[in-house]
Amino acid sequence: MNLFRADRCLLCHEIINLPVGWVSLFSPEKEKLLCSDCEGKLQPILGETCRLCCRILNEFRREDLCIDCVRWEEDPEWQGVLERNISLYVYNDFLKEVIARFKYRGDYVIAKAFANPIKEKLIGDVFIPIPLSEERLFERGFNQSEALLSGAGIPATLGILTRVHTEKQSKKTRNERIHLPQVFQITEDTKIYGKKVVLIDDIYTTGSTLRHAAKLLKEAGAKSVESFTLARG
Amino acid sequence: MLKNELQSILSGKQLLPDELSFPPSDLLNYEEVTYKEGITFKNKKPICNRCGNSDPVWFAKFPCARCRNTEVYCRKCIMMGRISECTQLVGWSGPPPEIQLPDKILEWNGTLSKGQSAASIRVAEAIRKNKELLVWAVCGAGKTEILFPGIEAALAKKKRVCIATPRTDVVLELVPRLKSAFPNIPIAALYGGSEDRHVYAPLTISTTHQLLRFYNAFDTLILDEVDAFPYTVEESLKYAAVQARKPESAIIYLTATPSTKWQRECRSGKRDFVTIPARFHRHPLPVPLFEWCGNWKKLLTKGKMPAPVCKWVQQRLGVNKQSLIFFPNIKIMEKALPILRQIDSKVESVHAEDPDRKEKVQKMRDNLILILLTTTILERGVTFPNIDVAVIGAEEDTFTESALVQIAGRAGRSPKFPTGDVTFFHYGKTEAMLKARKQIVAMNREAVKKGLVDP
Repeated sequence: MNLFRADRCLLCHEIINLPVGWVSLFSPEKEKLLCSDCEGKLQPILGETCRLCCRILNEFRREDLCIDCVRWEEDPEWQGVLERNISLYVYNDFLKEVIARFKYRGDYVIAKAFANPIKEKLIGDVFIPIPLSEERLFERGFNQSEALLSGAGIPATLGILTRVHTEKQSKKTRNERIHLPQVFQITEDTKIYGKKVVLIDDIYTTGSTLRHAAKLLKEAGAKSVESFTLARG
Repeated sequence: MLKNELQSILSGKQLLPDELSFPPSDLLNYEEVTYKEGITFKNKKPICNRCGNSDPVWFAKFPCARCRNTEVYCRKCIMMGRISECTQLVGWSGPPPEIQLPDKILEWNGTLSKGQSAASIRVAEAIRKNKELLVWAVCGAGKTEILFPGIEAALAKKKRVCIATPRTDVVLELVPRLKSAFPNIPIAALYGGSEDRHVYAPLTISTTHQLLRFYNAFDTLILDEVDAFPYTVEESLKYAAVQARKPESAIIYLTATPSTKWQRECRSGKRDFVTIPARFHRHPLPVPLFEWCGNWKKLLTKGKMPAPVCKWVQQRLGVNKQSLIFFPNIKIMEKALPILRQIDSKVESVHAEDPDRKEKVQKMRDNLILILLTTTILERGVTFPNIDVAVIGAEEDTFTESALVQIAGRAGRSPKFPTGDVTFFHYGKTEAMLKARKQIVAMNREAVKKGLVDP
């Protein structure tokens, strides 16, 4: 807490009003990074969700799995590859805008806005951000998944998983994404052997990217591979 | 890349290398290409050389994958692409492209009202002499047409002209009007996502934000609705305007509601200005009525509406008169909606983040909505021909003098329906309310004096 300079919301830049009192003066408080308006527009994933991918369940389900995960798990090639996915928020219009500003406009500091929930919910041995191709990394100037980890002060393990350049994911259909040739490669495996690995990405959409990465990591000796994303698309 | 292509893309611009549609290596062959540091430091404090931001709270740092340094970037203009320490703004020091003029530049046959033509002469004069002029024209005065003779004179002298306005909707509305007035002049329309962004044209119509991409470009810059932004945004747009115009150039400000500071400067003779105190239809502006309605906030939390407001709404419903009711914010409006729906179930509401905003405004235009509750988003720009207007909680801070003048300016727009009721419901009059009414009354008085309204 800063007594003399007002804290500003990382997203809308309005001054954050905190209740001032003896408690807030003397207790070590969590740094407030978002105003209550913006915080309110982020929609945590609540209710009954798919055991595997964290999607909010609707009628297209089989027991506690969503229909997409049923399809993945029925395929022997992909069965059990991804232990589970944890996502923080529903990918609503507000978060869409926030992520676009963060990743495409390149407003790096926005990653910090999610530091508290990431610190709370991210558990594992090794944290690997989904890598960008060199071209994409040059274009954006930073890797958004790495930024999320670093904003939360969690060390990222780099150099294990690397990527070959392809087209943008968002320009492909689901079918094209799932039947993609492997876009990742493992360059070093000593750090993941027998470890609980967590992959970090900004959005879980079809889960294809994450499963391709998870598959390689498991083959390279990881005990289990989970994924953690900001948004569930 | 040919030299003349590069010349038309870069002339009068300051672009990020990432914004170019060709590889930056193409730039290396031409000595006319200029480079400017994106961020510089003064007393160790960063300054953004595109938007002029120097407030430390608007900067952040990131580890740049390009230069492998942790460097400062500007958050203020980030929506136009990120500027960081290793970014350079690309420009052009050579001559601009040659413009071919048609025989006849202006093909507009309309006539100007007496008030309009007086202002029009002053505008043309300011453009000719590269001066600064404020056009203080009431809502509905017909501001666009008064620019035509001045623009014509500028184009004839091969001067480059730009009209900048805050909102994309207005750019889209202005472009066809100017295209039909200047049918043989190339016009570039610039807004976020526009296809004309690399077009060099003698006449440019742009959102105010897009001015950030220009440098030393315009001989005449016309800034519409200078008062439309909150102060902090206004500062950076002012910077953008200074950057975009040439050092020797004319600047015309258009507004219905100049700030208190500007009004003072006008009165004390420090600012050159011209007024159009009457609407083109020669009827006076509706003067707002103030009606005390008690502690409306408290009533609203109890699920009630002040009686005078209910009565006002019922009167409009009784005679089927379309009305806009302004609320200080979304929360208050959402409390009021169910209460007013008890009076009439067809009452609708709209606010900035409403996904159906466009459809609702269209329905109001098509007369399918009778009573529309709104926040200040409909305060300017929108015209409904025959409406009454009310403000609930006119004493709230949201309702500044200029907001209130604009709101009152929604009524009586059409020559067929030149009058309309404007009521400010309040729990204590404010300075802003009084100033707004005073401004409207003064304009009406001046209009009578100058013979611009019919008795």
